[in-house]
Amino acid sequence: MDIYGKVKALISEQLGVEEGELTMDTSFEDLDADSLDIVELVMALEEEFNLEISDDEVEKIKTVGDVVRYIEAHA
Amino acid sequence: MAPGVGIIGIGSALPAKVVTNFDLEKFLDTSDEWIRTRTGISERRIAEEGVITSDLAARAAEKAMAEAGITADQVEMIIVATATPDAPLPATACYVQAKLGAVNAAALDVAAGCTGFIYGLVVGSQFVRSGAYRHVLVIGAEVLSRILDWTDRSMCVLFGDGAGAVVLGPVDEDSGILSFKLGSDGHMADMLAIPAGGVRRPASLETVKAGLHYARMLSGNETFKFAVRVMGEVTQQALDAAGLTREDLDFLIPHQANWRIIDAARKRFCLPEERVVVNINRYGNMSSASIPVAMEEAVRDGRLKRGDLVALVGFGAGLTWGAAIVRY
Repeated sequence: MDIYGKVKALISEQLGVEEGELTMDTSFEDLDADSLDIVELVMALEEEFNLEISDDEVEKIKTVGDVVRYIEAHA
Repeated sequence: MAPGVGIIGIGSALPAKVVTNFDLEKFLDTSDEWIRTRTGISERRIAEEGVITSDLAARAAEKAMAEAGITADQVEMIIVATATPDAPLPATACYVQAKLGAVNAAALDVAAGCTGFIYGLVVGSQFVRSGAYRHVLVIGAEVLSRILDWTDRSMCVLFGDGAGAVVLGPVDEDSGILSFKLGSDGHMADMLAIPAGGVRRPASLETVKAGLHYARMLSGNETFKFAVRVMGEVTQQALDAAGLTREDLDFLIPHQANWRIIDAARKRFCLPEERVVVNINRYGNMSSASIPVAMEEAVRDGRLKRGDLVALVGFGAGLTWGAAIVRY
């Protein structure tokens, strides 16, 4: 599975949304995710892709596309 | 053969004064909805003016001693786990010793933040297991309301006051505390701290003006990640040490820091909700008091019975963490 596919699967699992509803432009605000939902998602991403995402970087992540681009650049 | 060491009495003491989220809304820019969804807390107890940590500790200890059927002169050691001692010196356990009239007891404090009760339980159990002492009191007691900045909505909504105590004593070899695992990471010492009031930054007009005597958390996100990960890891390590699995557990009794932490860790640990004891909604985070208070409630409401297998797990300032597997 490519990074986009893996990210969508993780977001779907963590936030309880259908993968089909997710696009690169979907924002976490639209998904009603609060700051702790994002932290839980970040934990899942860190474990899946074996990396660490700092607090400062988390602040910049607003959409599914932001996650995919971050993983592509750092994994 | 070495005897086992178990919890032969348990008690708690909670201030009568209830402060709800709606009460906080009156003087803080926050809301009941925000606090409940982010933390699971609806209300907390706050100590009345003049009530101090050793008062709550002694009240909880008296109940635990009554259940254990022992008198104060039979207590040989008092361990108080607290982040909010009566004074920097002497140990709060000494004030408790005097209040109980436990004239034969050694008295010391354990400082391990919210993991304090687990650390105290493990330390105290060694004296019983070795045969050096027969009865040891382990108390988690906090008056956190006096070390909070009540204008800081990110911190003051999280905590509450209270105390829980257990009497440790000899039990059958195959019951009581079966195993434990403790850990720490001092590289993260500043994550949760009261910056001033010790010798690094002695109390001064400047430290008071700068608010350096209040408890502070550097990063809520990092604390959350640490807590969720370590809760499952240390519980598993303690289970491994006892040769048991998570399926053997009747109950997990975690430190009540935040419902979101407990729930995230519970899901990762694959435990159903009914096997995790949660009371943070009514008390907030009572630091070292949270685990014995939650355990006492589960005993009193009939959920936790003699012979049940429980995992007690804590995490907090230090950073520190620990778990104990107990056949109650």
